[in-house]
Amino acid sequence: MNDMSDGYITADGRQIGGVLMELKNITLKFGGVTAISDISFDIRQGEIRAIIGPNGAGKSSMLNVISGFYIPTEGEVWFKGYKRGPMRPYQVAQLGIARTFQNIALFDGMSVLDNIMTGRLTLMKSGLLSQAMWWGSASKEEDEHREKVEKIIDFLEIQPIRKTPVGRLPYGLKKRVELARALAAEPKILLLDEPMAGMNVEEKEDMCRFILDVNDEFGTTIVLIEHDMGVVMDLSDRVVVMDYGRKIGDGPPDEVRNNQDVIDAYLGVAHD
Amino acid sequence: MADAVAAEGSAHSIPALLARNVQRYGGYPAYREKEFGIWQSWTWAQASEEIRAMAMGFLSLGVNRGDHIAIIGRNRPAHYWAMVAAQMCGAVPVPLYQDAVAEEMAYVLGHCGARFVVCGDQEQVDKVVEIEDQIHSIQHVMYTDKRGMRKYDHSRMNALGDVVAEGRAGHYRYEEELNRRIAELTYDSTCVMLYTSGTTGKPKGVVLSNRNIIETAKNSCAFDKLTRNEEVLAYLPMAWVGDFIFSVGQAYWAGFTVNCPENASTMMTDLREIGPTYFFAPPRVFEGQLTNVMIRMEDAGKFKKWLFDRYMALARKVGPAILDGKPVSGAERLGYALGNLFIYGPLKNTLGFTNIRVGYTAGEAIGPEIFDFYRSLGINLKQLYGQTEASVFITQQPDGEVRSDTVGVPSPGVEVKIGDNGEVFYRSPGTFVEYYNNPDSTASTKDPEGWVATGDAGFFEEGSGHLRIIDRAKDVGKMADGRLFAPKYVENKLKFYPNILEAVVFGAGKDRCTAFINIDLNAVGNWAERNNIAYASYQELAGHPKVYEMIKSHVNEVNASVALDPMLSGCQIHRFLILHKELDADDGEMTRTRKVRRNIVAEKFADLIEALYDGRTSVYTETEVTYEDGRKGAIKATLSIADADVAPEQRMAAE
Repeated sequence: MNDMSDGYITADGRQIGGVLMELKNITLKFGGVTAISDISFDIRQGEIRAIIGPNGAGKSSMLNVISGFYIPTEGEVWFKGYKRGPMRPYQVAQLGIARTFQNIALFDGMSVLDNIMTGRLTLMKSGLLSQAMWWGSASKEEDEHREKVEKIIDFLEIQPIRKTPVGRLPYGLKKRVELARALAAEPKILLLDEPMAGMNVEEKEDMCRFILDVNDEFGTTIVLIEHDMGVVMDLSDRVVVMDYGRKIGDGPPDEVRNNQDVIDAYLGVAHD
Repeated sequence: MADAVAAEGSAHSIPALLARNVQRYGGYPAYREKEFGIWQSWTWAQASEEIRAMAMGFLSLGVNRGDHIAIIGRNRPAHYWAMVAAQMCGAVPVPLYQDAVAEEMAYVLGHCGARFVVCGDQEQVDKVVEIEDQIHSIQHVMYTDKRGMRKYDHSRMNALGDVVAEGRAGHYRYEEELNRRIAELTYDSTCVMLYTSGTTGKPKGVVLSNRNIIETAKNSCAFDKLTRNEEVLAYLPMAWVGDFIFSVGQAYWAGFTVNCPENASTMMTDLREIGPTYFFAPPRVFEGQLTNVMIRMEDAGKFKKWLFDRYMALARKVGPAILDGKPVSGAERLGYALGNLFIYGPLKNTLGFTNIRVGYTAGEAIGPEIFDFYRSLGINLKQLYGQTEASVFITQQPDGEVRSDTVGVPSPGVEVKIGDNGEVFYRSPGTFVEYYNNPDSTASTKDPEGWVATGDAGFFEEGSGHLRIIDRAKDVGKMADGRLFAPKYVENKLKFYPNILEAVVFGAGKDRCTAFINIDLNAVGNWAERNNIAYASYQELAGHPKVYEMIKSHVNEVNASVALDPMLSGCQIHRFLILHKELDADDGEMTRTRKVRRNIVAEKFADLIEALYDGRTSVYTETEVTYEDGRKGAIKATLSIADADVAPEQRMAAE
């Protein structure tokens, strides 16, 4: 893939930039279990990068390595040209990495609006005291953040549930609120862990459109894990395929689809 | 701008009225729209500036006099502005139903030969792009919402905002031409072209002149004393004549404020926030709200429920009388005032009806219970009868003479007569000019003296002088033994039950009547939940024996009430079935305004009708359905057929 050193142009005419994050020879072990073994790939500016693989292939672990939650046992993560060391969660957020979770992790008792506002926490500058006293810059700052949040609410078409407590929402909408919260942090890289799991066809279509729109509108780089092969092949620019912690394929969807190892991993192989 | 200001007497077009309003009410709000969680507003002066800039943008794109500009989108200020901007350029605005599928749009766009299309968002643009190779007249597409539009081929496409900016930037070049075109507009220029929903056959383009719209607005504003201070919520389809009269005609004549909701699903919240003083809704909106209130009261605590029932009983008894200014005893007056404090006031507030001075319902018959519920709360809900060809108003109910079973007296300036066959005819300043490119239909609808056939059968009630509508004239038929058959009359009685969403009655030329029933998923679903009836799908719920039992009891009650009418007692329903799918406009079974297309339903479900008459107790059927995105699928079902109890008829001697 050396010919892509300065980016490439996708089938639908989007310009993909240079390398934003590079993962070099990542190995991750939990005690005696090797979750990821010697995987390298890169993520480019503005692309939609999918990670697929059967259950237990190590996809979510990989996502946690990208987000900095797990520190790889071996290997290096390079982000924006710098080698990344261990980080605290707020540092991850400040770097511009946001994510959604496979199991929804929202504050059930809080309204949709307040949940999304929490996504902007790291961007708020006024101190604890002035926020508590609702005084001076704190109130002005909240107005600005609210405006940004309202743009996201408009973007994801969740105006009707703005004031609804999250606990009362159906699953598909909760997923959308989670995406909204991640977007509120204005991330450079958005990590989506199975964004369509458990959704019906209509909800999946909506979610696909939102993911494409986010990528298109904000230029956000997106890394997603997904089981629905149709979705992955339609959405993503490049796909990494994992099986038993190893990388068995990497490339544009069409190329991956015809890769014999991938077919074997997904469909099984006749033993003779 | 001052040069475009017209004096009062010469306000002979919507753009001229706009200029008048800028002069009179310049600093008062003309439009509001909720966006990003906040109500944004534009004064008349600001709105005028925007509209003129948009019109100049249209000129820069080469809009000619007489061009048709289609507008497809939800109620937004920008879309109303596009209509007025089109008029300024001497072009004709043609609003379209935004939920129409591409083929339906293709017919209308092709028929009017639209050169320009304003789309609300990507969804609408996609439909237009899909049919662009069939409709060669389309030269340029504009869109309001930029979302997702980046990747489209923009050689013949622009954001509406950019067109406005272009017009604003080029105002030195276009101002003179624009003023000249506005000055050319007369009382007889076309104001708007609206397509009828087409209960029968293809939609027809109804051409309405400035005279039609402005005279109608003038008369109807006087009738209900509408002033600059009214607030309306514009949420009904822009392609519907009512919305054009309320949100453009009357709004420009009286100078009141048009509020646009944030999106379709926030309408109830927005209604509450705005608290309109003048409100229009088809019966189904009022029905839906009432059903919601009742469902929520079912879940309320015992005390609250008791308080609600007690005061609602009082309201039913004296509310309408108090509203009509009739005498009511002091004790009941006091009770009503208390009820207002505890129940009616808060309830009206929740519904968003606190400030309503005048409310109208039309389009379909409204159930007496529903109608009385709102009136008993002190909401001045009235009925009107109208159609697109009349610029809405034919008859309406004056304050103090409101009843659920009539549609009122002829509106000011409207003459109404009943034909020999019982059909209602009218003549008014609002009577349409013609059907576009369809002289045959024009001639068969409007006679040389200007009388228009409504297609509805009705009569004037003796004493009150109010008009009562029985049914569509062509649907009123004879049964095999010569008795009168008026399906709508029975269907309406059925639909007044919250559990029944739609009903279609058959019986013309037969010896007895039968019916298809559509259950209301909301009401029946809630009932099922409360009674521990499990169901997995609409189809399963519709076929449930308990549901059949419940619907049968409704049908029996309707039969009993139909039997009391000596003229129509033959219309009792002998057998019925509950349909396995909702009748849907996407499948062509209903119009976009949700009126049943009787012939299409009869044709499509011919096998079911046959089974209703040949005595079978169940029937297997396969039905093609169209999904929202245009794909087709099929549902298979075995429907059971139930017998209803028929009351003894009070048949007339002449048999």
